Amino acid sequence: MKEINDEANSVATLTEWHEGAEYIKLYNQFNGQIKSHSAPLMNESRDASFGLFKSLGFPTNQLENYKYTDLKDPLSVEYGLNINRLKIPVNPYEVFQCDVPGIHSYLYFVLNDGFYPVRDKRNDALPDGVIIGSLSEIAQSHPALLKDYYGKMSTTKADGLIAFNGAFAQDGFFMYVPDNVQLDRPVQLVNIMRSDVDFMANSHNLIILGEGAKAQLLVCDHTMDKVRFTSNRVTEVFVGKNAVYEHYKLENTHAETTNMSNLLIRQEEASNVLANIITLHNGITRNTIEIDVDGEHCETMLCGIVLADKKQQVDNFTSIIHGKPNCKSNELFKYVLDDTAKGGFTGKLYVARDAQKTAAFQTNKNILLKRSAKMRTKPQLEIYADDVKCSHGATIGQLDENAMFYMRSRGISEAEARLLLMFAFTADVIDNIRIDALKDRIKMLVEKRLRGELSKCEGCVICQ
Amino acid sequence: MAEDILHEVTQTDYKYGFTTDIETDIIPVGLNEDVVRLISAKKKEPEWMLEYRLKAYRHWTTMKMPEWAHLKIPEIDYQSISYYAAPRKNAPKSLDEVDPELLNTFNKLGIPLEEQMALSGIAVDAVMDSVSVKTTFKETLAEKGIIFCSFSEAVEHHPDLIQKYMSSVVPVTDNFFAALNSAVFSDGSFVYIPKGVRCPMELSTYFRINAVNTGQFERTLIVADEDSYVSYLEGCTAPTRDENQLHAAIVEIVVHKNAEVKYSTVQNWYPGDKDGRGGVYNFVTKRGICKGENSKLSWTQVETGSAITWKYPSCILQGDNSSAEFYSVAVTNHHQQADTGTKMIHLGKNTRSHILSKGISAGLSNNSYRGLVRVNPKADNARNFSQCDSLLLGDKCGAHTFPYMEVNNETAIVEHEATTSKISEDQIFYCNQRGISTEDAVGLIVNGYAKEVLNKLPMEFAVEAQKLLQITLEGSVG
Repeated sequence: MKEINDEANSVATLTEWHEGAEYIKLYNQFNGQIKSHSAPLMNESRDASFGLFKSLGFPTNQLENYKYTDLKDPLSVEYGLNINRLKIPVNPYEVFQCDVPGIHSYLYFVLNDGFYPVRDKRNDALPDGVIIGSLSEIAQSHPALLKDYYGKMSTTKADGLIAFNGAFAQDGFFMYVPDNVQLDRPVQLVNIMRSDVDFMANSHNLIILGEGAKAQLLVCDHTMDKVRFTSNRVTEVFVGKNAVYEHYKLENTHAETTNMSNLLIRQEEASNVLANIITLHNGITRNTIEIDVDGEHCETMLCGIVLADKKQQVDNFTSIIHGKPNCKSNELFKYVLDDTAKGGFTGKLYVARDAQKTAAFQTNKNILLKRSAKMRTKPQLEIYADDVKCSHGATIGQLDENAMFYMRSRGISEAEARLLLMFAFTADVIDNIRIDALKDRIKMLVEKRLRGELSKCEGCVICQ
Repeated sequence: MAEDILHEVTQTDYKYGFTTDIETDIIPVGLNEDVVRLISAKKKEPEWMLEYRLKAYRHWTTMKMPEWAHLKIPEIDYQSISYYAAPRKNAPKSLDEVDPELLNTFNKLGIPLEEQMALSGIAVDAVMDSVSVKTTFKETLAEKGIIFCSFSEAVEHHPDLIQKYMSSVVPVTDNFFAALNSAVFSDGSFVYIPKGVRCPMELSTYFRINAVNTGQFERTLIVADEDSYVSYLEGCTAPTRDENQLHAAIVEIVVHKNAEVKYSTVQNWYPGDKDGRGGVYNFVTKRGICKGENSKLSWTQVETGSAITWKYPSCILQGDNSSAEFYSVAVTNHHQQADTGTKMIHLGKNTRSHILSKGISAGLSNNSYRGLVRVNPKADNARNFSQCDSLLLGDKCGAHTFPYMEVNNETAIVEHEATTSKISEDQIFYCNQRGISTEDAVGLIVNGYAKEVLNKLPMEFAVEAQKLLQITLEGSVG
């Protein structure tokens, strides 16, 4: 008995968490099942992704790009993976009701790691030609449509998490908006985590916008059970010529959640992209956002808010790559950190040699409310073209004492004055939301969150 | 039109390229424990110094060269470098004994020692290759109790001070190049300003790399005791060489209570020719500590030379109310690469730091600013403002900014600002319209752009720095 224990110990010390030995074993053992429950198109690059993961492992904070994210703790947990696509006995359409009043969205769910297949009558009104559904199903029914897009960005990245996703993701959300079709209402995608055991979800979302198309996507992350959840999601978005795409990501999960999300966007000529990444409540979050501006006259707006307290950790790693001339980009991230929360921000702005006349601006502002809160920011410019206007600014500070005094001297209580200032601080990010109903709702949620009240959506069971 | 001028600029050869024929005493290439022992023996060092070197060497062998910098560095074979070179005729008693060739060299550089001694009142500790050849005004300084001598002399005459302060700021294990330097350092300068003394003159050292394939590993240690003040100047030029020369120096500064140290550098080592051949690799560890309350440290640097510059003059703000400044102009042309900036580590209460960095890139060069501002949990009311601007001349060069901000205290205020721009047509047009040629206009604008930093240099240096800026961007500028 003792000998076995010793052996087990020595194995544990030999393999480090970041090597992901358990997952490598799992993949080798269940390779067949993983593939048989997915689409052939998705399986094409699966082994290559797995090979890449094997050589890279999970990213540690020794890597420059993961300097401010420590995944050791969440990735040392033994998670269940739903490789055999077992049905989860829950109907999110019944359990979950989005409480954004008047949003009137087309509503879809990804339950853990798979697209939830129930047909909702609200979604019948989709314009002709628009395809929304399960990635693995559509990859089988319309392989020609996906062939030029699936994995075209994700497989080129030398990133351990993205490679891991490429090896294990079997399904996800798919949206195709054909040329010149404009969606009249926002599409809402709700990622719900529901499990009785510690669970890891890998899903791959693919979004394709044709020439002149227009779509708004609202992605919400929610957790339902009090177990440890980890999600590792990759979203690829291809925005066609003259298309307009808006991406809102709203995270409201419980403190035991680890959310690793990779959003990869490619913009073609004269397209317009807005991405707004809002983290209201979470456990450990790592958002990687890479926008590849691959056409002239594009416009990009990337912004986000982080409200974190207790032991929450949020790291937004953003990268905007200007490969073509005459484009504009603007980046704005704001953090409010309390208690022992840890914030991380990297804003990488890359302007290639030929991307003349680029105008790229970046701002990161942070407020620390307590001594124990930590903020690490790295606004980084890499510029190889000379005729450009680029700037970045970053500040870390506190609430303005003069402003506080001004309000206090006019009879506003200290708590209220603080709240007003914090709210004003986040307001310019919220103003970038172009869906009015959502804007009002986020304003309300942010205010509630800043008041320290639970900001859970109705229907979401536990946010603590 | 501007392109033509920039083209002209890139054709200009290094003005200060010449070699002085002085016999040098070189030990065979390669690095091992015996070489470390040999260096120590040649310098007649005491046992503790040898132990120190060996410890550093042993640690160095366990380290790998770091790769995170935004630089393309050809592989360096540390076994093909000679680690010691000293001019034969060392320790001259007076100016007459100094090799006339050496004096000529300084004259060509426009730094006539006699004139400086007579007119400007600067004490010059000239380092020709590795051993201190000539030290001036020592007596004047000695009256005030100021110690300003070569590092080897300090090891001999002031072992207590050296043992107390050496490596107190940059430990031997700090980084790859610091360990290498600690193992094989040749010589350098030592400055000690006693309590309450205000150094009456600017202390200055001219470093010069002169022998083929000789790495230079200087070591500078400056200690400012309570209530003292010193302004220290370091300037460099190097002759044309085809093979790369490695330069890995360490500068340590200790600032005690109420003291102030101002450290200024003008660096103009050989940057390689216009095709990127040759040039000096300048991998320097510079760090100061504001140890006592109300202490102040100021770094000013003008970097125009070297094929590769990789250095971060840093400051640890340990004493309460201490402050630090970093002013930098870095100019890169042809195939030069620079990854430079600073680190401000706030430990004490009410500490302040200010960073102002101006990068100018031309030709095919790459110029990066990399700076860290860290506020530790106990550093209440820390304040930092950083500004780093980049100016691009030409469309084949790159300007990059990598600021890191790590704040662990809610009372801190940390701000960072950066811009990247080029000289606009409008600005040139405005000048042309008023009868200023395009060439003069570019010079005017570049000088104006760097002025904020150049103004921080001591008078004697500001003139040279402006000249260097002009020479580096020669043809159009100035």
